[in-house]
Amino acid sequence: MSRIISCGEAIREGLIEVAKRDNSVIFLAEGVDDPSAVYGTLTGLENHIASNRIIEMPLAENALTGVAIGAAMMGKRPVLSFHRVEFALLAMEQIANNAAKTHYISKGKHSVPLVMRLIVGRGWGQGPEHSQSLEAMFAMMPGLKVIMPTYPADAKGMIIAAVEDDNPIIVIEHRWCHYIQGEVPEGHYMSPLDGPKKLRDGKDITIVASSFMVLEAMQAAEALEEMGFSAEIFDLRVIRPLNIQKIFDSVAITGKLITVDTGFQKFGIGAEIVSEVVSNCFSELKAAPVRIGMPEHPSPSSRGFLPGLYPDAIRIVTESARMLGITSDQLAKAVHSLKDKRGDLSIDVPDPRFKGPF
Amino acid sequence: MTSLNHSDAELLKLHEEILYIRLVEEAIAEHYKENEMRCPVHLSIGQEATAVGVCQALKVTDKVFSTHRCHAHYLAKGGDLKRMLAEIYGKETGCCGGRGGSMHLTDREQGMIVSIPIVASNIPLAVGSALSSSIDSSSDVSVAFIGDGSVEEGVFHESVNFAQINKLPVLFVCENNMYSVYTPLNSRQPERPLSDLGKAHHIKTLTADGNDVNAVLKVTREAVEHACSGKGPVFLVFETYRWREHCGPNYDNHIGYREEAEFEKWKSRDPLVIIRDRIVEKRLITADEIISLEKKINEEIDIAMQFAKDSPLPSPDSIKEFIYKEKSII
Repeated sequence: MSRIISCGEAIREGLIEVAKRDNSVIFLAEGVDDPSAVYGTLTGLENHIASNRIIEMPLAENALTGVAIGAAMMGKRPVLSFHRVEFALLAMEQIANNAAKTHYISKGKHSVPLVMRLIVGRGWGQGPEHSQSLEAMFAMMPGLKVIMPTYPADAKGMIIAAVEDDNPIIVIEHRWCHYIQGEVPEGHYMSPLDGPKKLRDGKDITIVASSFMVLEAMQAAEALEEMGFSAEIFDLRVIRPLNIQKIFDSVAITGKLITVDTGFQKFGIGAEIVSEVVSNCFSELKAAPVRIGMPEHPSPSSRGFLPGLYPDAIRIVTESARMLGITSDQLAKAVHSLKDKRGDLSIDVPDPRFKGPF
Repeated sequence: MTSLNHSDAELLKLHEEILYIRLVEEAIAEHYKENEMRCPVHLSIGQEATAVGVCQALKVTDKVFSTHRCHAHYLAKGGDLKRMLAEIYGKETGCCGGRGGSMHLTDREQGMIVSIPIVASNIPLAVGSALSSSIDSSSDVSVAFIGDGSVEEGVFHESVNFAQINKLPVLFVCENNMYSVYTPLNSRQPERPLSDLGKAHHIKTLTADGNDVNAVLKVTREAVEHACSGKGPVFLVFETYRWREHCGPNYDNHIGYREEAEFEKWKSRDPLVIIRDRIVEKRLITADEIISLEKKINEEIDIAMQFAKDSPLPSPDSIKEFIYKEKSII
């Protein structure tokens, strides 16, 4: 029986499922049980688990992270939620040293089964310090796992897998992904944190996207299909450890690669994937790979700045057209059609057509 | 020999442990010159009484989180000497298999959980451990050893605040040796007793002479009782003095950041001599017995030192192990 819920609700369900099963799961956040309960993702926890497992934190991100790591070393499974990725910058020392390295340094004597949920903001004037997608900063550190769930069913299974995993995991949740609707199974299930997932078969071009950009890539794939080209789409899902074989296999067929990030284009996840592909599949490439991501400046608040700021289906189609030799007339038509579909929807809110089942 | 009462036996134990740590540290300083211990060492000579006094008040299951200057804490908490020295020698048999070096000493079975060389970074870990104990209604106490520099870090205040709100069983043990590397306390902090910081956070605060192991033990017992009875964390401040350089085996009174006279003043209050005078005065030990005790400890150190030297270096093949808990996930 199909049951459509939002990705945010799916994450909440996953957290409750895993917390009910395992008494060692504890929750820490600033405003953990306030009326908003981290955008509703922790709402109603208190109806399922003992209140001493739901811990309100003072405004102390660095200590909060260290406390969670210390509790994890002693056998708890803390789930730490920050309302924006940027707050984790206050805790980078704990993350880079004590979370990432304790298992390694102790030759396995200690482990840190920690989940840190960091939320990327976008729209409604979030501004330069409430909208950064900084997954690359975490992904460069061995010992951490970094995951970016996109769709509701996968997000629920991934958050369960993350809490049950014995390693420190950074979960980058895009605020606009929280709104995505989709069919989500009831109960407890796991989506293995094993790497990218192919969402669409194709033979002409490989598009690797993460988080909210997966939706833009899927839209782009539809537009390309209307022009007679098939794009193979991957939802990257797990940034570290980067399991890239499926992408190599795809590039071996298509010879063309585009990456689309929510984070910065330079020194970003796309840069890493392109580098790996060039190093490993050089002779199979038929065109220079392309990275699409955030530009070389902060993201200002006013919607006046927004046109062209965020990567979207139009930019993906435009880059694809160049690589695939699509004529400018054809491209203009496709762009027009994509614009048409969005209609007069305001530029700073998510597209409500992004709903499942996926 | 007549059987000793409990407190006399404890005095002898405190003396033996301080002596043990002193002799281990002196042996490290001696062997360091051979250039085979190829990692930084932060010796605890002069500060042994705080480690021994605090750890004497703890049980095996109580949890210690230490710093870069962790040798004394590790040994006082019951850490294995062979595995400590092997770690400093970078050997496979070290407590971290050579992955941490002298600043990362750990012996989980003895409750010596971790040592963290980034100043104050260990503090929230101890609080998290106390949170875990509190949720489990365990009677264990967690201890963060810190120095006078740690209280300058924001995470100290964040951690104390959280511990106090949640009445967690954790002790913040500040060994004030009055220097951060070469910088004296009065260049770094206003003139006020460190114990005022505890008052600012509304937590129970106790102070004692850090070179008098009995004084340290007495207030730590009071602190443990307070923390374990659900009354919340305790801030302990002990003044003491590092005899040798911040990092390394040598004395450094000549390089110009502190005066020889200051060192001599502290040396005249040697924590080892203070406890020794006490047990000699009580006729619990004779001069001959002290000599044979030193000999016994030195023999143990020699054996451990030889074990460390004879142990193999870790294989480069193992460098990728334990990045993640499960194997070969990449």
